[in-house]
Amino acid sequence: MIFGLSIIFILTSILTVAGALAAALLKNLVHCALSLTVTFAGLALLYLQLDAQFAGFSQILVYIGAVAILVVFAILLTRGSGIPEYRNFSTSWFAGLAIAAGIFALLAWAVLKSLPTSVASAAPQVTVQQIGLALMSSYVLPLEIVAVLLTVALIGAVIVAMPESRDPKSNSTQGGAE
Amino acid sequence: MTPLAAFLIVAALVFAIGFAISLTRRNAILVLIGIELMLNAANLNLIAFWRFGPYPEALTGMMFAIFSIAVAAAEAAVGLGLVIAYHRQSKTTDLDAMTRMKG
Repeated sequence: MIFGLSIIFILTSILTVAGALAAALLKNLVHCALSLTVTFAGLALLYLQLDAQFAGFSQILVYIGAVAILVVFAILLTRGSGIPEYRNFSTSWFAGLAIAAGIFALLAWAVLKSLPTSVASAAPQVTVQQIGLALMSSYVLPLEIVAVLLTVALIGAVIVAMPESRDPKSNSTQGGAE
Repeated sequence: MTPLAAFLIVAALVFAIGFAISLTRRNAILVLIGIELMLNAANLNLIAFWRFGPYPEALTGMMFAIFSIAVAAAEAAVGLGLVIAYHRQSKTTDLDAMTRMKG
């Protein structure tokens, strides 16, 4: 126990923050995506320490299984790996860094000043059955809305990323935007 | 330091790094990665407050986090699709070179 925190928590939080920092600083985009995966895994471990098993495994499934793979595919489809031809950081990088550091200082000050010294309650016994019952009873309307949102978003993403057909007939039918 | 404060500090750090990525990097995909990191930090906050709150049996914070994960997945799909569509038009992912969205 260091500062009242367990060793496992300190190790996983160092892993998470180091992955995020590597994603911020590395030059090769594929390395950035892989260190982002490390961050997602560290966050899943933090969820498991918070007794949120379902959220932790959803994090692994959705983020490591889908979002990270999607990011790697997008990197390979757009320019491929390797050192980029333009500079990595924008010209106003110092202002962005200062704003981000200020936001972290503000958040950390607020957290350290305002929280009462609460003790952790007993671990809640949350089973997947309870989560499923809650999703099907009191959260059924948000569940349906999320289902519609996911369907619309995935169809929209496919339509946006689809190559435009060179057929002049279809160009004349959808030529209203020109 | 209480465990809740420690989790919130880690979430604030991840949020600040994601924010710095989306403000300073020039590649559009990396800006989307920064947005994902910020959303993940918010999820960590939700779950930490759910765990150390007075009524963890109510499952509210966990449900918020699960719905937030679903919405973030949809956002990532649409954002990366837009980046690929833009790259097909103008062969760049450099945000400083993206001056127009019309094809």
